[in-house]
Amino acid sequence: MPTVSLTVNGKVVSAEVENRTLLVQLLREKLGLTGTHVGCDTSQCGACVVHINGDAVKSCTTLALQVEGTDVTTIEGLATNGELHPMQEAFRDNHALQCGFCTPGMVMAAIDLVNKNPNPDEQTVRRELEGNLCRCTGYHNIVKAIIAGGQAMGG
Amino acid sequence: MAENGIGARSLRKEDARFLRGSGNYVDDINRPGQAYATFVRSPHAHARIEKIDTSRAAEASGVVGVFTGDDLAADGVGGLICGWMVTDRNGENMKAPPHPALAQGKVNYVGDHVAIVIANTLAEARDAAELVEVDYGVLPANVDTDKADADGTPQIHDDIPGNMSYDWELGDAAAVDEAIESAAHVTTLEIVNNRLIPNAIEPRSAIGEYDPASDAFTLYTTSQNPHVARLVLSAFCAIAPEHKLRVVAPDVGGGFGSKIFIYAEETVCTWASKKVGCPVKWTADRSESFVSDAHGRDHVTKAELALDSDGKFTALRVSTKASMGAYLSTFASCVPTYLYGTLLAGQYTTPAIYCNVKALFTNTAPVDAYRGAGRPEATYLLERLVEVAARETGTDPAELRKKNFIPPDAFPYTTPVVLAYDSGSYEAVLDKACDIADYRGFAERREEANTRGKLRGIGFSSYIEACGIAPSAAVGSLGAGVGLWEGAQVRFNPTGSVTVFTGSHAHGQGHETTFAQVVADKLGVDFENVEVVHGDTDKGPFGMGTYGSRSIAVGGSAIISACDKLIEKGKKIAAHALEASESDIEYDGGTFSVAGTDRSMSMGEIAFAAYVPHNYPEGLEPGFEESAFYDPVNFTFPAGTQICEVEVDPDTGEVEIIKFSAVDDVGTVINPMIVEGQVHGGVTQGIGQALLENGVYDGDTGQLVSGSYNDYTMPRADDVPTYDVEMYETPCPHNPLGVKGCGEVGAIAAPPAVINAITDALSTEDIDMPATPERVWQALAQA
Repeated sequence: MPTVSLTVNGKVVSAEVENRTLLVQLLREKLGLTGTHVGCDTSQCGACVVHINGDAVKSCTTLALQVEGTDVTTIEGLATNGELHPMQEAFRDNHALQCGFCTPGMVMAAIDLVNKNPNPDEQTVRRELEGNLCRCTGYHNIVKAIIAGGQAMGG
Repeated sequence: MAENGIGARSLRKEDARFLRGSGNYVDDINRPGQAYATFVRSPHAHARIEKIDTSRAAEASGVVGVFTGDDLAADGVGGLICGWMVTDRNGENMKAPPHPALAQGKVNYVGDHVAIVIANTLAEARDAAELVEVDYGVLPANVDTDKADADGTPQIHDDIPGNMSYDWELGDAAAVDEAIESAAHVTTLEIVNNRLIPNAIEPRSAIGEYDPASDAFTLYTTSQNPHVARLVLSAFCAIAPEHKLRVVAPDVGGGFGSKIFIYAEETVCTWASKKVGCPVKWTADRSESFVSDAHGRDHVTKAELALDSDGKFTALRVSTKASMGAYLSTFASCVPTYLYGTLLAGQYTTPAIYCNVKALFTNTAPVDAYRGAGRPEATYLLERLVEVAARETGTDPAELRKKNFIPPDAFPYTTPVVLAYDSGSYEAVLDKACDIADYRGFAERREEANTRGKLRGIGFSSYIEACGIAPSAAVGSLGAGVGLWEGAQVRFNPTGSVTVFTGSHAHGQGHETTFAQVVADKLGVDFENVEVVHGDTDKGPFGMGTYGSRSIAVGGSAIISACDKLIEKGKKIAAHALEASESDIEYDGGTFSVAGTDRSMSMGEIAFAAYVPHNYPEGLEPGFEESAFYDPVNFTFPAGTQICEVEVDPDTGEVEIIKFSAVDDVGTVINPMIVEGQVHGGVTQGIGQALLENGVYDGDTGQLVSGSYNDYTMPRADDVPTYDVEMYETPCPHNPLGVKGCGEVGAIAAPPAVINAITDALSTEDIDMPATPERVWQALAQA
């Protein structure tokens, strides 16, 4: 089996994978990073979103071998010295999560959204969340949280 | 209000783990030596199984076991059951077909379970599943609910003619017929309540594990009610005696009803773990969830509402065909009966009501409770009827409702369809909703929209639901196979912190926070020092689980009962230590004091004394923990009014929700932040039903056409607006917290509000859910 080497949450890792192994399988099954979730099989729900070199990507439609040499950040890698990332804080302060299953992908997508659209308005947030499904919150508080999180991240 | 007590917008305790990605969902769990299961499912809606050959699969790389229905039967594994016996109008029991966990001789819907293949890796299991050879004798499919009982429709189960499980009725048919005969006006509607697919974002998952040393099983499963799962798997499926089966439902990623039920997959994985000698793990992919999770709704109804010349409702007659799918799921039979027909009075004084329901089998996935369960179907037909009646009689829809509301001084109010409503403030709630929606300014907004070529409409929905499910004796008399109480245990630890065990499972509702607020308030301890534990049959008392908006009303009441027992014991300890009579000890917010003195003890001191009983009442047991079981005396009756305002683009048929206003009376609100969140989520599922979602089977082949997120339109962030949600608190008079439940209000209320707004904009009643752009455009073209 081929080996893939990359940086995940600041640590250099390498693992043997099959050609067909997906990035989400590498993260969940080989590296034990179960915060990244799988909610569908058509690349629609966004529960699996991680950052590859800073960009939000669906890890369910990325082969593990494609991420050779990249820098991957998952939900587990956001907090700094135990302190939540401002977007994580904003989700908590605004009750933007209920069952928590879509939350990791939602937070990772939200950070990328704000990085690319500083200080987004409501319409922008709703449009840019096209790739993330939540069945619990009705999005109301997620939208509020992303706007607040964007401000906390410094606009 | 105490900080983080009742009424506080306390931030959630559970968020810390979810936000860090350290939640513990079933698919996150891996057991040593586990193997992976995949299910061979029927590709046909209706077929005889002529032959199954598993030999090639069994020999494939990595395979540790392949089993079919014959293997389950040989081991005496029982089939899946329906736990509610509905009695036919002729006095006969409903017809419940056998529901083997793996098919025996026949498959009855696309996705029906044929075999399980277990291998060392998931990829090997899936590859081997391709090698299971099944010869099917394909039969014609029956997927149309309205035609399921018609002559010539394929019969699914040999001994169930007409595909009818039961033909049920409620109410006084003669009185209704007479009132409709003599009515000044009768409004008639034929409506479809579209089939919905629940779609919790976490797919179902199960790990069965057998431990030969203790001869006991553990099942990790995505369940809303682990104790009920254990009871059914033990008593009916005969997997193991109850004391030899532990069921763990850890973090569960949403349920909405679909994870109440006991499914084939967890049954077979648990049984198979002993057969193959290692833990067996299965996780649905989304395509499997679509075809195999229990679906919701799927009614076809004709309804008539009679009015007298003053606009008072005099009678309601309802005739419904409800699809059960191919088999009766765990609680399927009670949904279109006792959770539907009994709600048809709504908030109104309608004196005569008659409801007939025919429950029919079709070659589709089983239908069972989905958020609201029966009550959305009742509310949809009633609130559409009322809106149409207002239009037909030239009456303002708010005024027509007010004219017919049960007045606040009429409670307790017994409706003609069994229920005894305990409390409500329907007119005040509607007035508040009208204010928030700026109903008075609507005409002006409609005119302005017209100048832009847009059609603007407004729609009301004044709903009621029966929650806090349920008084055990009452539901027992109606056919329930279980009691619907809840259990709780409240344990002070010697250092003063508190552990609360509850049978109410949380899968997004925030019980760990809400229940901690209740306990902190009641016992005067810090919110941070209260831990809520649930989801494991080996921890805490027996529990009936979470559904029907029952957690705070029944589970919360059980916790309060346990707290009351602790306070009573605390008074004895305080009386001894403070050298006073027990009758002189007063308790308030965590302090026991001697009446009229400054002598007192804190709750923490009492707890310590109970565990270190050196100076202690003679004969009193040491320790400071109490258990309680709470059986409610009645249902609770959340009610409210939700108002939707839409704009329709007549060129494209697109509907935009401009404003959605909700005023909900869920009784006392423990945590407004969490309650509002529940309303937001429910309303969004209701808007999804009204505008987007539809479970569609192909009429010829019985294939599920809307079986992926490409085809089944889940509401996304840009499909819904920001909501205006407010509360109106009329406390429930019969439970200690005054609570009614809030989890289902939005899913119940929103669909008719949205459709009433669209029909108002279009000036036609001829539109069914989901009101897609195509349907709206067609309705406009034909109007």
